[in-house]
Amino acid sequence: MSADLFQITVDGVAVVVPRGVSVAAALMNAGLPLRESVRGEPRAALCGMGICHECRLTIDGRAHRRACMHAVAPGMVVSRDG
Amino acid sequence: MADASRFDVVVVGAGPAGLTAAFSAARRTSSVAIVDQAEHVGGQIWRRDVSEGYPRNKRWLVDAVGERATFIGGATVVDATTTGGRHELLLEKAGRSFRVQTGTLILATGARELFLPFHGWTLPGVVGVGGLQALMKSGLDVRGKRIVISGTGPLLVAVAATAVKRGADVTAVVEQASWGSMMGFGLQLAARPLTALEALTHLQQLGAGVLKIGWWVTEAVGTNSVERVVVSDGESRVSVDCDILCTGFGLVPNTELARRLGCAVGPRGVEVDGRQRTTIPGIFAAGEATGIAGVDSAMKEGTMAGIIATTDSSGHAVSHRPRSSSWERILERTFTLRPEVVALARPDTIVCRCEDVRLGDIDPAWSARQAKLYARAGMGACQGRVCGAALQRIFGWSTDSVRPPLQPTTVSSLLGAS
Repeated sequence: MSADLFQITVDGVAVVVPRGVSVAAALMNAGLPLRESVRGEPRAALCGMGICHECRLTIDGRAHRRACMHAVAPGMVVSRDG
Repeated sequence: MADASRFDVVVVGAGPAGLTAAFSAARRTSSVAIVDQAEHVGGQIWRRDVSEGYPRNKRWLVDAVGERATFIGGATVVDATTTGGRHELLLEKAGRSFRVQTGTLILATGARELFLPFHGWTLPGVVGVGGLQALMKSGLDVRGKRIVISGTGPLLVAVAATAVKRGADVTAVVEQASWGSMMGFGLQLAARPLTALEALTHLQQLGAGVLKIGWWVTEAVGTNSVERVVVSDGESRVSVDCDILCTGFGLVPNTELARRLGCAVGPRGVEVDGRQRTTIPGIFAAGEATGIAGVDSAMKEGTMAGIIATTDSSGHAVSHRPRSSSWERILERTFTLRPEVVALARPDTIVCRCEDVRLGDIDPAWSARQAKLYARAGMGACQGRVCGAALQRIFGWSTDSVRPPLQPTTVSSLLGAS
């Protein structure tokens, strides 16, 4: 694996991501929705700039993080529990 | 909780207005802080690209502000108060809260996109046109993706050109403005050769027949993400397959922080006088937060705010400056949203995405506050930043008052404030 690629974990599954990208971009590149709505619909980033909160998920144990506002980091643990 | 940090000048927002404000203020005092919720400065239009960095001709400004001012990045403004000429921000960064105090506050909070609900707009793959730009710069890979770009305004073609450059297959750019108003706009462009050249360069990068004028998206269809969109000119309906649909209906100034501080806000944005003073002494505002006028205007206003804030920060706006320039009026006239586009949501269309509230759950006779109390529209994580502006357009409602916290936060952060 090149120095510019590393692993993060999304709901227990390893995903290889390039350095510097946002968590939102990384998950969308992997074809994953970011959140389930209160009625159970899949959702992903809408605004991409920290306004809509549609990309919120849990990053390293901290809930309700906006995936578009955080860059991936080696070993980052992401869970999509709203 | 630790004591508050103090600065002579605090700028909120690190886009064009905020960076120029911090730069010009830092020429006169060494005690300048600039706060942004993003981890890097730049705001939206100068957003740092994951692989290319900052726009080449802006690097000097980013570097200069980095050297002369304290950048507080990745920090959300949870609350703000002003008492006796002292302004205090409660910030949260990486789960920890802290306070920042200043005698001179410059609000450069920018703008967000207007989202108008239509059936299927909640599907993954439907993003704002500025949203796509931001996501691409943050590493979204669009190579080989079929993209439809819809809505209104010059940003559609500009973002289409960027997406094509990054390897996307932009299959349609759907502009809702009529041929008549676009022809008028074309004539106005003749008087602005540089802008015209830019527009033509962007158009050239799209294939023939990609631009559809006088059409709009009526619906997005898909199961787990968007698979196709239906476009219409009011008579015909055509289905277009796509992986990503962008919508751009215009911009909305971010005025929540100004309103929380008690600054007067008019229909265009935060009210300022010719020296960028708001109606509250010691609080200035610059850029899109004061009205949508573009990057050049934001830089001029930011520079002015930084100078006045460090030379004569006494006094406050008593009468506000009429804002719109002739260019803004041309843009407004050309790209006025047609009523059909504002009224696309059906009774079973979700309008509040945070709480999954449908249009039919809301009584048009309510106020924005009543929609919150009776139907939970605007009560979710975004605090009505998306549905509030949409419902304002659909029903002609006025905005609700702003209350803390300005962004979702933890109880411990709020307790830290008292």
